[in-house]
Amino acid sequence: MASSTVKLDELISQEYKHGFFTSVETDTVPRGLSEDVIRLISAKKGEPDFLLEWRLKAYRHWLTMAEPHWATVHHPAIDYQDITYYSAPKSRQDGPKSLDEVDPELLRTYEKLGVPLEERALLAGVAVDAVFDSVSVATTFKDKLAGLGIIFCSFSEAVREHPELVRQYLGSVVPYTDNFFASLNSAVFSDGSFCYIPPGVRCPMELSTYFRINARNTGQFERTLIIADKGAYVSYLEGCTAPMRDENQLHAAVVELIALEDAQIKYATVQNWYPGDKEGHGGIYNFVTKRGDCRGANSKISWTQVETGSAITWKYPSVILQGDNAVGEFYSVALTNHYQQADTGTKMIHLGKNTRSTILSKGISAGHGSNAYRGLVKVAKSAVGARNYTQCDSLLLGDRCAAHTFPYIEVKNPTARVEHEASTSRIGEDQLFYCQSRGIAPEDAVSMIVSGFCKEVFKELPMEFAVEAQKLLGVSLEGSIG
Amino acid sequence: MLDIRNLHVSINDKPILRGIDLTVRAGEVHAIMGPNGSGKSTLAHVLAGHEGYTVTAGEVRYLGRNLLELSPELRAREGIFLAFQYPVEIPGVANIYLLKAAVNALRQHRGEPELDAVDFLALVKDKLKLMGMDTDLLYRSVNEGFSGGEKKRNEILQMAVLEPRLALLDETDSGLDIDALKVVAGGVNAMRSPERAMVLVTHYQRLLNYIVPDQVHVLAQGRIALSGGRELALELENRGYGWVEAAAGPAGGGA
Repeated sequence: MASSTVKLDELISQEYKHGFFTSVETDTVPRGLSEDVIRLISAKKGEPDFLLEWRLKAYRHWLTMAEPHWATVHHPAIDYQDITYYSAPKSRQDGPKSLDEVDPELLRTYEKLGVPLEERALLAGVAVDAVFDSVSVATTFKDKLAGLGIIFCSFSEAVREHPELVRQYLGSVVPYTDNFFASLNSAVFSDGSFCYIPPGVRCPMELSTYFRINARNTGQFERTLIIADKGAYVSYLEGCTAPMRDENQLHAAVVELIALEDAQIKYATVQNWYPGDKEGHGGIYNFVTKRGDCRGANSKISWTQVETGSAITWKYPSVILQGDNAVGEFYSVALTNHYQQADTGTKMIHLGKNTRSTILSKGISAGHGSNAYRGLVKVAKSAVGARNYTQCDSLLLGDRCAAHTFPYIEVKNPTARVEHEASTSRIGEDQLFYCQSRGIAPEDAVSMIVSGFCKEVFKELPMEFAVEAQKLLGVSLEGSIG
Repeated sequence: MLDIRNLHVSINDKPILRGIDLTVRAGEVHAIMGPNGSGKSTLAHVLAGHEGYTVTAGEVRYLGRNLLELSPELRAREGIFLAFQYPVEIPGVANIYLLKAAVNALRQHRGEPELDAVDFLALVKDKLKLMGMDTDLLYRSVNEGFSGGEKKRNEILQMAVLEPRLALLDETDSGLDIDALKVVAGGVNAMRSPERAMVLVTHYQRLLNYIVPDQVHVLAQGRIALSGGRELALELENRGYGWVEAAAGPAGGGA
């Protein structure tokens, strides 16, 4: 059956289609990291003292830490002095006031990705805060949102315009001491997105940010902070894809979500960064800290992620369930192909009474890909009546890939109910032949099977994102009939 | 319609078929019988294009074309259908979704527009009734958690929806109780037509009580040892396969 194994390999080894390079001038700080570099970044951005102090504290703490190696991923040592910690497109210096003023080269980049910014914004009713490298260059629908009291802007702008909110919430979910990469991010973060929904306001549109890494050898350190005040609702979409390159790039973002009483935040990600070539060279290192805090009673935070890119993915979007009756959800599809590695999962920390959490993780491994689910469900003594349901499914394509599941469960309250289910299956030659014998081409059969496997997670994505996820996995989604 | 000449097939260098000659015309129903390991299922799989087998000699013409150079999906689109002995489970993929993808792949091949959801559903529900199946079976994952009988019915349902020109039924009767056997046979009989040919692969004569074949062939040691009419099947039931095998000569005999 060797011939059919080869065929399966061909199907899963299609090269990254979004590989290209945009020649936008950039304004770059010299390589390496020191207090001087941090001061320079802070000064370039005209930050208030409290933020510079915070960065420096983070940096000093980071110096005492060691790079973690407990994940089931392998990579050559990262030289943190060989990274450029700040780069901004030069054309930004005068600050574009509208899309017309945005570098046309940049707009073409988005078009190549099949995401025309203006069309997308208009047709889909999505407000787009486009992050190109480290600085936001275009923000739309701002006025409409402002009318509702919603603040949706770049992180730098939030620092300038709303320093009190930044000061109050920054680091309150992910402290600068949290972990090696979060500390690094806290010291050097360049920009990101900020969102505040005032009490009782339901954000009328999906908020969306397109991240893109584009400057050579520039680590990207995004910082996202989303606050839903009492009774507020927001759905936030993050998506990205990056140009082809041959050097490893470090991406260490931090995302903090805060949901106060009765508030709800839905955060969806489609991540398609350059995964490296077929031999495993190049590709993005995606070491991200994402955490939400259900701070108030009856609050809810949902993470949905579709991870298909990056050479290495290391991330655990988590929820701290502080408020009574708070709900945390994590829906994930992670696909690894060629030599990609993913160690991803979630943490659900139950503190409040009757808190509930759901974890649904779908890992797909192909080629030499390695996929690990790592999840922690922790029920504190105080969490009377807490409930968790976890389901982890792995799908294997071919016979050289790997899937691992590491569930950690800590329960300190006897009234808690925690369920865990796991399964591993494989797309077999027999399944492909069965589909072929019904007239279906093998590549369509693979798409169909993968899509079926991911169905439950895709259901959780907003419509337009589900379409992108579908594109990304090269699948035709199920559920179109019946 | 189907013309097999001196077909030799091996799997991992082990010869399974050692020179099959068989002609099937439109409108005919042929039964391939034989003891276990005689190569019946291999023949069905080779005709459907399974890549685990190597054709070492001979040729197969289908509607005047060289069948062996076609991929399995092209064979299906050209009207060949294999009802599996062991239908494969595909978790997460709804039965109806597979059916729709198959129907549209065939229609596209014929240059016809895709069926819309309403027409498609009407078509499927019609065939569903024929097979005495519940609608909810359409929305379950392909063959997952199906009983043996449900799986076999599902195969015939697919056949009824796809309307092949040449249907290959591999041990469709195995694992069926008598009631299920009648339903499946009824579905198959309803599809008999002057334009369509069928090849039934079966170990037992029982199925042939319900689907009466035009010709019966007995496979032994990778060759057709004996051909005849309906009565050959009955004789096999009485006498077993031993005498045919003895007549066919020792295994490993030259081709």
